[in-house]
Amino acid sequence: MADERFISNPLRDPQDRRLPRIAGPCVLVMFGVTGDLARKKLMPAVYDLANRGLLPPGFGLVGFARREWANEDFASRVHQAVREHARTPFREEVWKQLCEGIRFVQGNLDEESSYEELARTIDDLDQLRGTNGNHAFYLSIPPGLFETVIQNLNRSGLAAPDRGGWRRVVIEKPFGHDLTSAKELNQVLSTAFPTKSVFRIDHYLGKETVQNLLALRFANEMFEPVWNNHYIDHVQITMAEDIGVGGRASYYDGIGAARDVIQNHLLQLLALTAMDEPISFDATNLRREKQKVLSAVTTPKRLDLHTARGRYAPGWTGGRRVVGYVEEEGFQSTSTTETFAAIRVDIDSRRWAGVPFYLRAGKRLPRRVTEIALAFKKAPHLPFTTTDTLELGTNALVMRIQPDEGVTLRFGAKVPGTQMEIRDVNMDFGYGDSFTETSPEAYERLLLDVLLGDPPLFPQQEEVELGWQILDPVLDYWASQRTPPEDYESGTWGPASAHEMIARDGRAWRRP
Amino acid sequence: MIITLTNTDTSEIGNALLKARSRLGNASGLVLTLIVAAEQRSFSKAYTAAQTAAREHPCRLVLVVKTTGKTDRLDAEIHLAEDVPGEVIVLRLSGLVREHADSVVLPLLLPDSPVVMWWPQNAPDAPSEDVLGALADRRITDAASSADPIKTLETRALNHVPGDTDLTWTRLTLWRALLAAALDQYPMRILSATVAGPRNNAPCDLMAAWLESRLKVAVNRKPSAGPGITSVTLDTPGGPVVIAREDGKTASYSIPGQPRRTVALKRRDINELLTEELRRLDADDVYAGALSSLLSREGRSAPTPRPVRKRKEAGAIAAARVAKTGARADSRKAARVQEALSRQEPPMPKSHHVQEQS
Repeated sequence: MADERFISNPLRDPQDRRLPRIAGPCVLVMFGVTGDLARKKLMPAVYDLANRGLLPPGFGLVGFARREWANEDFASRVHQAVREHARTPFREEVWKQLCEGIRFVQGNLDEESSYEELARTIDDLDQLRGTNGNHAFYLSIPPGLFETVIQNLNRSGLAAPDRGGWRRVVIEKPFGHDLTSAKELNQVLSTAFPTKSVFRIDHYLGKETVQNLLALRFANEMFEPVWNNHYIDHVQITMAEDIGVGGRASYYDGIGAARDVIQNHLLQLLALTAMDEPISFDATNLRREKQKVLSAVTTPKRLDLHTARGRYAPGWTGGRRVVGYVEEEGFQSTSTTETFAAIRVDIDSRRWAGVPFYLRAGKRLPRRVTEIALAFKKAPHLPFTTTDTLELGTNALVMRIQPDEGVTLRFGAKVPGTQMEIRDVNMDFGYGDSFTETSPEAYERLLLDVLLGDPPLFPQQEEVELGWQILDPVLDYWASQRTPPEDYESGTWGPASAHEMIARDGRAWRRP
Repeated sequence: MIITLTNTDTSEIGNALLKARSRLGNASGLVLTLIVAAEQRSFSKAYTAAQTAAREHPCRLVLVVKTTGKTDRLDAEIHLAEDVPGEVIVLRLSGLVREHADSVVLPLLLPDSPVVMWWPQNAPDAPSEDVLGALADRRITDAASSADPIKTLETRALNHVPGDTDLTWTRLTLWRALLAAALDQYPMRILSATVAGPRNNAPCDLMAAWLESRLKVAVNRKPSAGPGITSVTLDTPGGPVVIAREDGKTASYSIPGQPRRTVALKRRDINELLTEELRRLDADDVYAGALSSLLSREGRSAPTPRPVRKRKEAGAIAAARVAKTGARADSRKAARVQEALSRQEPPMPKSHHVQEQS
């Protein structure tokens, strides 16, 4: 009957952009279902996708954990998570559809028999729900356990595709803690899954605003001409959190702000900001450009002058008294883990030579904000008297990633009523509450992309390794100091050394 | 905040808006103007639907209500609030002003951004020739609100120009997505197809027409009790692909050789339909194809392409109308229209291309 098959679906038409992409039938197996991420993000995202009609009829969700739960217990847990955290309104019929495909497997991650049970459950779903042997494994577990799980998946035959179906594995950061460990992790993954089946989630890349960065840069004519060292003085990429580690000091210990945030999120944002235009937005071409720019990133020779690290001390944030990092539960007195990190990097390319990129990330800063700010050079000549332009700063283009997503353009304008006095003003584009209210969560987009096998938004091993190559010298330098990071008062913008570091270059951090 | 302006004109409305906005301090990130031809009795329903849509697409919402008042006058209300995105302008037109709605609306269109016109009810047969419809880049009608939806849809099909759309088509999107997904999974040649649903149901007929235009096979209609489309069957050499929905909420989904599954497939309310509609503002060629197939199924010939009237021409016609009404027309108003016209940008050529049709 092969001749009866058609090559392209007659009901699909590139012009018909109303039709959404619906994933094919598949089973999503979740390891670590009792975790916060699963409850607050993953399960609600699954429901939201179903509610938007993007999950296939015949979708299976299998939870795997040590708890002694029956299918119904797990289902009621998912139900609760959906009720509490889903973005879209709850609808009984959508839940019914999802519920039919929910299974739970009680087992230990290191027990072979548990995987046999898992294999039976999945097989059963394949028969019952027609999932065609398409399985995705979401490892929402500590990276230390990856190896065990991957080995067992391999041994039980779960990792090997059959019946023409696919197998995919999804992992979350951290992707190692340095270059060596990242390579080891990849080694483990590649024993069971080919490169194209490994989906590394960097939830920042699933955010609408990060995708908008590509639209802003490459869909417009007015930005690209100034997007280089002729006009840009420097770039600041900031990711600030107002919370502390909240009792998870033992988990955070040894990771720190640089590994946790700079290595992945901030370097990805840097790559998207600095890369050249890709030939197209497919995964290969997009990655090629990102890798190119990341390969050109260099760290300063004098790490003592161009990096800073800090640790939050007690203080007040947002009107509340908070403890310092050393008083957090689980803190070890030998710890040198930083909760604030700032580094300068340079990009050796024609476009960016001479334009430093300052990256900073920290906890217990005054407010939660992520943004990319391009600071322009001063105008070469100002035909005003100096007193006229006393209050004039430099122009800036700021892309706000979260919260309050949007774009700000800062420029000088005349103060009304004066003879000629020029002051900075902001021109603002906000996605505002209006757009974001219905825009999908990052995890919805990313989960759907996994199920569709659509990889552009997932970093691959090369990008992860490049990230570590950039960061490793800095981390090694800090480790060689053998002293705890400099204290900064909670609720301030980082330690004094961070301000000194940028002042040394004759610049200052922007207050986001 | 609600600002009420009685017996007013558009420049007063514009000033009030400007003042209110600077008082509230919200920047204007509005992406389009949505004009709604609201009717007195269905006003609140239309208002809610448009407001919901405005959440995803911040817009200036202009509700035009024609009252039964005999005196020539324009009353307006401006609604602005912190929790509602965009701006709402309610215009109540009485007397002769009702005939010159375009002169009132034209100055209130946002500069340079798309204009969408929505008739919740009683849309004109040829929306693009309506005085307000001619101002819009996209015209949304709803055949379901008329007494004879199928006939209405056919009339619209005859008068179709790129930029016209009907919510009957929007109602099909979820069905169409499922059908396309079914064929993604089961890529077999289709021999014939059947759409079941109540007699005299416009979505059923449009679905059949769409399938016929895409599959190039005969598509049958089978009567059923509803609600709406109850099933679509695609016959393949390996057996039928069937999506059936009896209760208007949950569909069963069967593909040869695979277990039967259920999938939520609800009938969406007007808010959701409108939101989907605003997501796309370009001409919908697939819809145009389905419409011409609908006409040929009814034994009527497909329409000859109609040129879209350019915005400027529409304005000129409006001005001419004002002039024509002679003595009783307010000459200041005509001047205002002319002035507004001179401020108008020339229409963008790409949104006004004439579509090739066979």
